[in-house]
Amino acid sequence: MPRIDWLAIAPEVVVATALLVVLAVDLFLPRERKYYVAALAVVGTTLAMVPVILMAVSGDSYSMFDGSYVVDDFALVLKGVFLVAGYLVLLISVSYIESDRYYQGEYYLLLLSSLLGSMVLTSARDLVVLFVALELTTGPLFLLAGWRKGDLRSNEASLKFFIIGVLSTGLMLYGMSLLFGLTGELSFEGIREAISSAGIASEPVLGLAVLLILVGFGFKVSAVPFHFWAPDTYQGSPPPVTAYLSVSSKLAGFVAMLAVIYLALPAVTDFWGPALWMMAAVSMTVANLSALRQSHLIRLLAYSSVAQAGFMLVPFAGGAIAPDGLSEGLGATVIYLVIYAVMNLGAFAVVIAGGRRIGSYEIADWRGLGSYSPRQGVMLAVFFLSLAGLPPLAGWFAKFVMFRAVLISTGPAGVWLAVIAAVNAVVAFYYYARVVKSAWFDPAPDEIPEDTETGPTGPLSLAMGLALVVVLVVGVFPGLATFFGDAAAALVP
Amino acid sequence: MILNQFLILAALLFCMGIYGLLVRRNAVMVLLSVELMLAAVNINLVALEAFWQTAEALGQILAVFIITIAAAEVGIGLAIILLIFRNRRSANVDELNLMRW
Repeated sequence: MPRIDWLAIAPEVVVATALLVVLAVDLFLPRERKYYVAALAVVGTTLAMVPVILMAVSGDSYSMFDGSYVVDDFALVLKGVFLVAGYLVLLISVSYIESDRYYQGEYYLLLLSSLLGSMVLTSARDLVVLFVALELTTGPLFLLAGWRKGDLRSNEASLKFFIIGVLSTGLMLYGMSLLFGLTGELSFEGIREAISSAGIASEPVLGLAVLLILVGFGFKVSAVPFHFWAPDTYQGSPPPVTAYLSVSSKLAGFVAMLAVIYLALPAVTDFWGPALWMMAAVSMTVANLSALRQSHLIRLLAYSSVAQAGFMLVPFAGGAIAPDGLSEGLGATVIYLVIYAVMNLGAFAVVIAGGRRIGSYEIADWRGLGSYSPRQGVMLAVFFLSLAGLPPLAGWFAKFVMFRAVLISTGPAGVWLAVIAAVNAVVAFYYYARVVKSAWFDPAPDEIPEDTETGPTGPLSLAMGLALVVVLVVGVFPGLATFFGDAAAALVP
Repeated sequence: MILNQFLILAALLFCMGIYGLLVRRNAVMVLLSVELMLAAVNINLVALEAFWQTAEALGQILAVFIITIAAAEVGIGLAIILLIFRNRRSANVDELNLMRW
């Protein structure tokens, strides 16, 4: 019987319990009281924060099942981010799901399942746990994408996401099987030691294995050239699900990538360094150029999220070039992930709130939003300009650490990547600012859309308010984000 | 011990799976192609486990997990395909073109 440390798995236990309670309670609630289920889910995610904070304060790290499942600072920081993201998405979902007349209980059940998967993922330290957790994260998302059963676009979003999702899993698993064949190990530590002791770091088959695994993760984080599912799935899914997808699926892919690359394959930089350099450069450029000609807000945000994935990959490439840039690169990526999660959810919250009032996601229909709804107009400006990286909003600091991580490397490769990223940051500013310009400087339409919201609006406003506070506070006091980055960077051996 | 034959078989199966996934038009056949890819991975893992003889039978453990999760995934996939078939009387992947660029 393996020893189980109950405090270490308490966050997962709480979320799993909440999930089962939601499933059971949903059966007994009459139709008009179904929103109680949402309250239970919110309570569950809030309670799960308690053990995370307790462990973070005590500063211990826990290792279980022969080191396959480890709760250290890296895991705790990312568990916290996933929980906050889940909490915000639950708040964003309430009024939308309430008004949609679909099965509410199952929605929260699937959302919590996916959250549980991502939380386990942060602690995974071997390929089996990593694989199972990654599937638990994405499996429910396939179903959530097709949530609006009668809507053909939602069906299409779901099937496209599913096919790409299983394809990426297949490629990743084949890479893992090759990695196992070369090393005879499945734990990250074992693989790292086997690679260095057998001296196979430049073996071509190892390169193939690493590339296949990276392609698998590339689909999950929707980096170019593996991004083509993202715009369609984002547009077709219900907007709250899109908000969760754009944060959770991407974060899960990045967490898996961070753990595998920095723990199992730090010696194989010859293979993953150039591959990630290319992926970062192409993601930023292609996605930003595509975003320029989007007229649909959610598709714009989809391409923006692909471009942001490119920015997040930049520190990886920087770490591969510099001899001891690994921990700097890891810290920078984690800081970027934390800030991205909050500001992107904020942006989606505003788009959902505005979309319900205006009834359209075409940017042209949003003209004059600032004149008839100043509150939403201000929120829109804050989150979009934060995504663009304008100081003093949190986004600038994410970009700043990203540039710092790539510029510590000496040599032309790092400088070139920084130049490409800088040009892209300017291009990105243009399309984010275009939305803000439409909302503030274009004249309002003759018929101002009435506020016809009948459901509860409190949760959505609360989500926007929380995200707004975080974006402003982190932007002015970036030391807060650095603290998370430094804590997580301790992962690098 | 024979190892290469198994690895070659797995590589061939894997390539067939990818080929099928890219060219098949019926969604159910696409799903079957995915199963081929996962079967290839399992053959790889079991053969390599026989080669390494690890103390914890790591390769077989991963293979069992893959079989289980593949079953769950087919469940999800068939549910989505049924839904699409019900809404548009066809499970043809090519016809899913409501959203482009």
